[in-house]
Parts: sequence; C-alpha cells; structure tokens
Amino acid sequence: MANRFRRAGGFLAVALLGITLGDCAQQSSFLHPYGQIASQQRTLFLEIIGWMMIVCLPVFILVPWFAWRYRRKNSKTAYDPNWGFNWSLEFLIWGVPFAIVGILAYLIWSWENDLDPYRPIASDKPPLEVQVVGLDWKWLFIYPEQHIATVGVLGLPTDRPVHFTITSDAVMQAFFIPSLGSQIYAMAGMKTQLNLIADHAGTLRGENTQFNGMGFHMQKFSVDAMAKPAFDAWVKTVRDAAPRPLDAGTYAILSQRTTADEAQQRLDMNALPAATLYFSDPEPDLFSKIVSKYRPPYPSSYPKEAMEAGQHKKAEAHQ
Amino acid sequence: MTASDWWYVFFGKLSYDSLPFYSPIAAFAALLVVFGALFVVILITWLGKWKYLWTEWLTSLDHKKIGIMFITISFVMMARALVEASMMRLQQALAYDAPGYLPPDHFSQLFTTHGTIMIFFMAMPFLTGVMNYAMPLQIGARDVSFPLINSLSLAFTSAGAAILMISLCLGKFSTGGWSGYPPYTEMTFNPGVGPDYWIWAVTLSSIGSTMTGINFAVTIYKKRCPGMHLMRMPLFCWTALATSILMIFAMPPLTVATVLLALDRYADMHFFTNNLGGNMMNYANLFWAFGHPEVYILVLPSFGVYSEVFANFSAKKLYGYIGLVSATIAIGFISFLVWVHHFFTMGQTASLNAVFGTATMLVGIPTGVKIYDWILTMYRGRVRFTVPMLYALAFVILFTIGGLTGILLANPAVDYQVHNTLFLVAHFHNMLIPGMLYGMLAGYTYWFPKAFGFRLDEKWGRIAWGCWVVGFVLAFFPLYALGALGMPRRTVEYFEGAYLPWTIVAMVGAVFVLAAFASLLIQLFVSILRRREYNVFAGDPWNGRTIEWMTPAPPPEYNFAVIPTVHERDAFHAMKMRNEAYLPPERYKDIEMPKNSMLGPVFAVAGVMIAFGLTWYIWWMVAAGIGIMMLSVIARSFVKDTKKVIPAWKVKKEHERWLRAVHETPVVSRDYEVSPANRGLAEVSAV
Repeated sequence: MANRFRRAGGFLAVALLGITLGDCAQQSSFLHPYGQIASQQRTLFLEIIGWMMIVCLPVFILVPWFAWRYRRKNSKTAYDPNWGFNWSLEFLIWGVPFAIVGILAYLIWSWENDLDPYRPIASDKPPLEVQVVGLDWKWLFIYPEQHIATVGVLGLPTDRPVHFTITSDAVMQAFFIPSLGSQIYAMAGMKTQLNLIADHAGTLRGENTQFNGMGFHMQKFSVDAMAKPAFDAWVKTVRDAAPRPLDAGTYAILSQRTTADEAQQRLDMNALPAATLYFSDPEPDLFSKIVSKYRPPYPSSYPKEAMEAGQHKKAEAHQ
Repeated sequence: MTASDWWYVFFGKLSYDSLPFYSPIAAFAALLVVFGALFVVILITWLGKWKYLWTEWLTSLDHKKIGIMFITISFVMMARALVEASMMRLQQALAYDAPGYLPPDHFSQLFTTHGTIMIFFMAMPFLTGVMNYAMPLQIGARDVSFPLINSLSLAFTSAGAAILMISLCLGKFSTGGWSGYPPYTEMTFNPGVGPDYWIWAVTLSSIGSTMTGINFAVTIYKKRCPGMHLMRMPLFCWTALATSILMIFAMPPLTVATVLLALDRYADMHFFTNNLGGNMMNYANLFWAFGHPEVYILVLPSFGVYSEVFANFSAKKLYGYIGLVSATIAIGFISFLVWVHHFFTMGQTASLNAVFGTATMLVGIPTGVKIYDWILTMYRGRVRFTVPMLYALAFVILFTIGGLTGILLANPAVDYQVHNTLFLVAHFHNMLIPGMLYGMLAGYTYWFPKAFGFRLDEKWGRIAWGCWVVGFVLAFFPLYALGALGMPRRTVEYFEGAYLPWTIVAMVGAVFVLAAFASLLIQLFVSILRRREYNVFAGDPWNGRTIEWMTPAPPPEYNFAVIPTVHERDAFHAMKMRNEAYLPPERYKDIEMPKNSMLGPVFAVAGVMIAFGLTWYIWWMVAAGIGIMMLSVIARSFVKDTKKVIPAWKVKKEHERWLRAVHETPVVSRDYEVSPANRGLAEVSAV
C-alpha cells in the first residue's frame, strides 16, 4: 500500500516537473538555461532552497507533531502551563536563523559580482553591442556594428558575450530573456546595461515584464541564438530583406503606440514573418538621440566627451 | 458661454461616455453597485433604522463600534476584490493564445482595483478595526486617546472606499496597478480619470491611516490601566504599537508620492515625468518607503493575534514573551531599511543591491524566531483545535513557505530572474493571505463573541477555514511555477502552452477561495440565527488569559465598570487562578465618556465630494467639500459639551446585573468549549 502511494507520489512529481521543464517549446525559463548567467542563477536558486531547509523543515515537522502530540485529548503528555522560557532554546532559535542568514548573506556577496547585470562577461571575444529601445509595445534592437535594426526578433551569436545598452522611449519597461539571465529596467532619458551570453543555439523567448498598457502582453520577441556563421548569415539576411533604413521618419512611425504587428502594417513590411521588422542602416546616433531627448542639454562647460569618458572609467572600475 | 462650457462648469469631465456601457460586464458590475446601495437604503428605511444607525453607529465615538464599522467596510470591499481576483483567474485560464473574455482595458482595471482594494480597503480597515476593538480592552482603557480622530480616520477610509465603488459606475479606473508607477500614470500616457480616482482614493486612505497610527500609539503609551507596564501588555498590543509607529512614519511618504503625482497631472509639474527634469525613480523610492513598512503594518497585528491564539488555545503561557517583543520591534525597525529590494532591477550598483538584499534577509531572523516561539508555545501545552487555532497552524506552515520564497527574492541575483513575474505575485500573496488575512480571520473568530455576545458557528468556521487553505494553496502555488517559467504578472493573454495547466489549477483555487468567503457569510448568518444557543454573555468563552475577557460580552460602552489593576502578564488568567475574578468592586464612580459627534459622517461626505470633484474636474464640488470640512471643524471647536457622564448608580446596576448572570452561569469545561454548553464562564482549573 505504502509502496503504491510512493509510486503515485513519484509519478505526480515527475509529471509536475515534466510540465514545468519538459514542455518549454519556447525555452522561456531559467530552469532550462541557455547561458551561463541563467544557469548560475538556477544553481543559486536551488542552493538557497537547500540552506533554507535547515530552518523550514523543522517547522514543517514540529508544527503538526507538537499540535498533535500536545492535543488536549492526549492527557498522557506532560503539561507545563507556566513554562515560557529557556536559555538554550533561546540561543538555538536566535542563533540558527542568524547563522543561516549569515550563510545566505555570504552567498549574496559572493555571487553579486558575478551576476551583476553591468559586469562584462569574461571571454576572449569582444562583446556584441546591441542597443535596446523599449517602445510601446515592442522592443527595437539596434546593432550599431552590423548596421541593422530589428523588432520582434533578436539574433545573437553563441559563445560571444552580448552587451545591451537599454533605454525607453515610452514608459518604464523591463527587458528580460529568462533563459539567458537577468532582467533590467528600461527608462526614458537613462541608459541601463545588461551583459548576457548564450552558450548553445536555440530559439528563446524574450519579453517585457513591466506592465505598460494595452499591448503589454504582445511585447514579446524571439531570441535566435546561433553559431557565428549562422549569425553572420542572419545579419546579411536582415540587411538584404530590410525594406527601408531606420531613419528619423521611419522611427517616428515605429515609435507610435502600436504592437509589432501593427507597426509592421504601418511600415509596409507584410512580407516579413509575423510581428517582425527589419531595418538597414539605422541612423548612427539614433540611440543617443532617443536618450538625450529627455535630458536637458549639457552645459557648454561640461562637454559630452567628458561625460562619456567618465562612464568608461566607471565600466572599467566594474571589471 | 456655450452650453458645453456650462456643462463643464457643473459636471466637469462627466459625460454620457462616462457610463460603463463599454462592456456588458462593467455595466453589470455598476448595476450591482447601484442596486446594492438602493437595497441597503430601502432595507434601512423599511426597518425604520435610520435614527438607530445615525445615533448608535455613524456618529458614535466608541472605539468598539468604530472597529466594527471598519471591519464591515473590509468585508464589503473584500467581496468585490475577491470577485475581481476570480475574474482574473478565469481570464488567464482561458487566455492561452486566445483573447479570453476580458479585453486588456478591463483586465488591467481589475488588477489595479483588486490590489488597491485588498491593501487599502480590505487589509487596512480589517486590522485597524481589530486593533480598534481589541487593543483598548486589552490595555484596560475606556476608549482611545482621541475618539473623535478615530471617527475621522473611519470617515477618510470610508470616503476612499466609496470613491472606489463610484468608479465602478462612472468612468474607468486606473490601469497602472496598485503601485501606480509613473510615467505610465502621467497625463502623457493616461489622460483619463483612472489614475485620478486611484490617487484620491489612496490619498484619503493614507491620511486616515496616519491619523489611526498617531491615535493608537498615543493610546498605548498613555491609556494603560494601573499596573499594565509595557512589558505586561498582551503581545497583540505590542504588535499594535509597532504597527501604529510604522503607520506614523510610513504613510506620509505615500501621501507625498500621490500628491506629487497629482501635481504632475493637474498642475503640469514634472516630478515624475519622462522629460523636463522629472524622474520616476523618485516615485519608486517614495512609494516603497511607504510600501515596504506597509507590508509589516499588515502582518504585525496578525502576528499579535497568533501570539494570543497560540497561548490561549494551548492553555499555556506564551513562550519567549521578551523574545517576541524584541522580534516585533526589530521587524518594525528593519522594515524601513529594505525598500530598494522592490526595484533591484533599476540599474543601481551591485553592492547597493547586496546591502539591501542582506538587510532584507535580516527580517527573516526575528520572523523565524517568532515562528519557533509559537511552536514552543504548544510544547507541553493542551492544544485545542478551535477555528482560530486552525488558522494559526495553517499560517505557520504556509507562511514558512512564503518566507523561503522571500529569502529567494531577497537575493538580488535571483530577483533579476523572478522579479515582476508571477513568482513575486505568489510570494506576496503567500505572505499576506496566511500572514495577514488568516490572522485577522482568527482574530475575528476569537473576539467576535466578545463583540456581539455570541460565538460564531464552529462547523461553518471550519468549512471556511478548509476552503481558505485549499483555495490558497491551489490558487497561489501554481503561480510560483508560472513565475519560475517566466510568466510576467498582469498578463491578459499568453502564448506558452506550458502555462495552461497551472492557470487552470489556479482558477480552481479561486473557486475554493470564493467558497471560503461564502462560508464566512453563511457562518455569520447561521450564528445570528442561533445567537441564543451560542450566547456567551458571561464574557469568557475561550478561557481567556488577558483582561478583555473579564468584561461582559458585549462589553458596556465604558468597557470596565471599574478600571482594573493588573499585577502580571496574562492578568485575567492569574485572577481566575487566585479566585479573584468576578468579584464586585468596592465602589463605583461616575464615568465620563465622549458624546457622539457628527463630524465623522460630515467628513466622509465632504471627503467623497473633494475626491470625486478632483477626479472629474468639478471644481465647485471640490470647493464645497473643502468648505464643509473647514466650517465643520470650526463649528465643532465651539462645541464645549463634548463629554457625557454615566452616573455611578447606572454603572453599578449594569455591572451587578452582569455579575448576577455570571453567578447563574454554569462553568464549562474546555471539552464543551464549542458546544451550546459554553455560556462564557470557564472552568477555573488550569486546563
């Protein structure tokens, strides 16, 4: 009997795990990582759960046990109505949580640097630069070195770090590719950064997690992680298939409050796959223009170069 | 001036389009509100109870009645917010690659009103009501320090709740979530009245809660009965004190945040806009400077209730009283040091996040200590599985799971993954449903006989408890999985097949939660019908340990015929053990109590006028509301006769009638605690 229960329990656990992990057709979770950041996050996630069991398991066991053992009907157990303090127990119940929190704090500090979204990922290859602009309700990806831009699809080479510089040309949003790693907010007039790497090929899902209006749920994109040759070919495909360059006029249409599908209609890109837009030759300083349009002009005494130099220094300090 | 100019002067932005005919569901909800209100009005008129309602309740300054009115608001608002929650669960169960039955516009109003109501108009009134009822009785006071301010707190809260109900009928509510983050809620992106409704409802509530905090803290400091040292107070009073102090310091940042947002929207200022120097990060900081302590405002009173319940229903002294007091204070203090963990993903440096992550985990230490203190309270006790105790037991286990996921979220590196997903939603529901709601329901069941003189039906209480536990587990554990799978919160539609089974399970959970609420209503109804059977006039149905149980059920307006003197913790228990309970006092004195005041109801009406006028740009209404408030305060300041005296002979007569009844009441062993044999006089043996 007990065996049968155990078998049923095992089956249930496997089934639940299967639903959770197996059916990730779109690969959308860090439980199924495609890169070192997400994979470390999964390890950390499980490690914390493990440590926490030291304080959680006794609760799960003691509560039903004590409640039942000391039930009123059971007059065989000792009754000590005026007992309310014990130094050794006191040390235990303060000390153990203290120790666990100490261990977990050590985990925070030891991982924090490695998993800092701003930290460049160590690699022999230079990172691929991608500028991300959060629009209502789609993400624009500008590849400044490849001179292309896309919406709805983010092509990435595997085994090469990717450095995202992120801003918003609308309300606050959160840029997130779960199976690669961390999310970070996109805010107008500000730049945030994110470093990710894909270590094997696949089609992943990316999204916005910060509600930003009626098209929020449509603000998804597919992430195509592919080997270098395939990536180069993809870049060429985008450049060749792009019906128009990303100039100011095109951007003005693109940045209206539309989903990727609607923007595709407005920009006559119906020939492309659904919810996908390709652009060639984005205006070189488009990204910084988008950021600076919400900023007051720099005072003449403080040249822009100086600001940028300062930022580089900060990035170096991070490494 | 043209006709439309005149219209604008009188009706502001109101128009035919403000009516909820954009969707049949919204129209139905509006009709429900209108008919519900009409039904109540007709019922009161038919029963001829307007005068009774006005003199006995609305204008009353009795902390007990104000507490009961707070809880009534809470139940009404809970009904609405639970229906909204279930609608969202149903939507997500239907919305795999399909639009479901709710358009995005409606869905986003639902998650905004659900969150806003549950926090500001369900949880806050519930705990304010329970504290209002129980705390002065527990410290041996006749009333709170500022009874009139208490009534005004109720007025502000009820005005805010009324604004939320009106928003169902006129115009659309905000779609910006309960946290109302700009710039989304700024004029540029949301020019409608929705965010304005949200701003003014929340502002009213935050002012009310600030006043409550001041009032309760002063009451606990100044109104304790002789001998009631701070370290002799029941644990619930300690948590009430901590919550009050948190309210005093945490509510004002919220008021500031919403008012600055209002200035952006009304006066074209730029605190949180994208351009012209605005910065929404300031809003995030202000909001969570409120928002995080708010979490502890919500759970601490329940921790207090659990402390009472564990000791009382284990028939034993609370384990680690000093530890629990220290833990309560520590939680209150640390709660102000952790707010950045609500936006680890905003791009600040890793070290800053690590500091706040560590601080966040520190909260886990005193909370863990509390959990173990409660467990040790059962050790060598005599545990009775009554409804409050069942809630407490379910709480300890479920809350520990929530604590585990809280520690996960406190780690910035993990938070980068699960932030803004349903994992987060599951976590805070896991803290607030077992942590806050179960505690308040335990408190409601525990003190209901004190408040009304009869116990609540035990069977329906158990059914409600079962449904709450099953419903919670089914509705929220799947959300952990969904969040780990990367499903963002606030999603009206999704495209991942893997989500579907979980959303369906969560919807089944929502059905159980609705059943739980229905069971609570049935329980109330059944208990009223059987109120003679469940009568506990003698006042001590649970063999209570603290001094609120030494009064009749319900207690007289003045609470204690003679203010008691206490010599130890668990004072009533000690009196019973020494056979000193139910002794007639040597002499009675005249008692001075505050007279009724209509300032509260006037403020409620004026508050609704101001908030409604501001929302719809009806400036004469705003001016009238402000005028009414100012004039009524001035008028009140001329009222010199604010106290009434209850003569000693009357106190004596009432008290002796009760004492006689107590002497005629048979004592009941704890074996018959939940049977009609329990008339509220406990057997004095230790068990």
